[in-house]
Amino acid sequence: MRTRRFYVVALLVALLVAGVGSYYASAHPDGLEYVAEKTGFLHAAEDSAASDSPLADYQVVGVDDARLRGGLAGVLGVLLVLLIAGGLAWAVRRRGRPDEAERSADEPVEDPAKRR
Amino acid sequence: MHVPDAFLDAPTSIATGVVAAGAVALALRRARTELDDRTAPMAGLVAAFVFAAQMINFPVGAGTSGHLMGGALAAVLVGPWTAVLCLAVVLLVQGLFMADGGVTALGTNIVLIGVVTTAVGWLVFRGLRAVLPRRLGVVAPAAAVAALVSVPAAAVVFTALFAVGGTVPVENGDVLAAMVGWHVLIGIGEAVVTGLVVGAVVKVRPDLVHGARDLIAERTLEIRTTGTSA
Repeated sequence: MRTRRFYVVALLVALLVAGVGSYYASAHPDGLEYVAEKTGFLHAAEDSAASDSPLADYQVVGVDDARLRGGLAGVLGVLLVLLIAGGLAWAVRRRGRPDEAERSADEPVEDPAKRR
Repeated sequence: MHVPDAFLDAPTSIATGVVAAGAVALALRRARTELDDRTAPMAGLVAAFVFAAQMINFPVGAGTSGHLMGGALAAVLVGPWTAVLCLAVVLLVQGLFMADGGVTALGTNIVLIGVVTTAVGWLVFRGLRAVLPRRLGVVAPAAAVAALVSVPAAAVVFTALFAVGGTVPVENGDVLAAMVGWHVLIGIGEAVVTGLVVGAVVKVRPDLVHGARDLIAERTLEIRTTGTSA
């Protein structure tokens, strides 16, 4: 699989999981929350300072449809994470060519064309 | 296991914040050795996938659920230092935009979900790789076992932090037993997802899997040169 195609497929999977799959997630408390409740410290939790964010609890404020509300928040989150993490990785990466040639030797159809 | 605000007292939260900041600063310097023109986009995609996967809580019985943490998965795919950066970005976006995990607890969450699962996952993975045959086929199973271990490890560290700086007096032994018990179960889900995802990437593009790099070098060059680090 060519590199660019691989990237595109990976992104689509992430978008589908966050945008569509998340609707079917279990609504049960997670392990920590459950244990906190059972052992008596859940009440200590306080609302986050970000709890009035327009994306709080993975729900976009002002969207009526439940599926869309959560899916949109998931898609926006994925894109935000992709931009920040990808940008960060791009900024600190090793520059230049040297091992590019040596390590992509096994790629059947890798295009040497520089992306950006 | 996103920790909300006020589970831990201020001194403990500040301490975990300092540890998290130190770990991220170190990771920023070390990740350079793991990232090049081809793997940098992978880092963005792995972070995006971990964010997406963390939205999918799977039931683990008796009214409880869990989701992927992703430290072991990210470490095997893009390398441990880059994985810390990926998870830190995921947790930052979750904490600041989604109100998932507290804001003052951000350092705690980066330590638990970003650093502990990555470090434990990577060490277990490397340990297994060292004793298993040098074949691509072992990469995904080794990643799965590493993922399984990484989740209860984070649960143990949370329990320790709560024993030191918890805002509610509890029976530490009870918290430890419950945390480890449930997180072993959640760890099984973590292992399944990690094994499947790493297996899929190894199958189509093994050269993009950090934890399989040494095997690829062997396969393509046949001759092992000195000085190539694993």
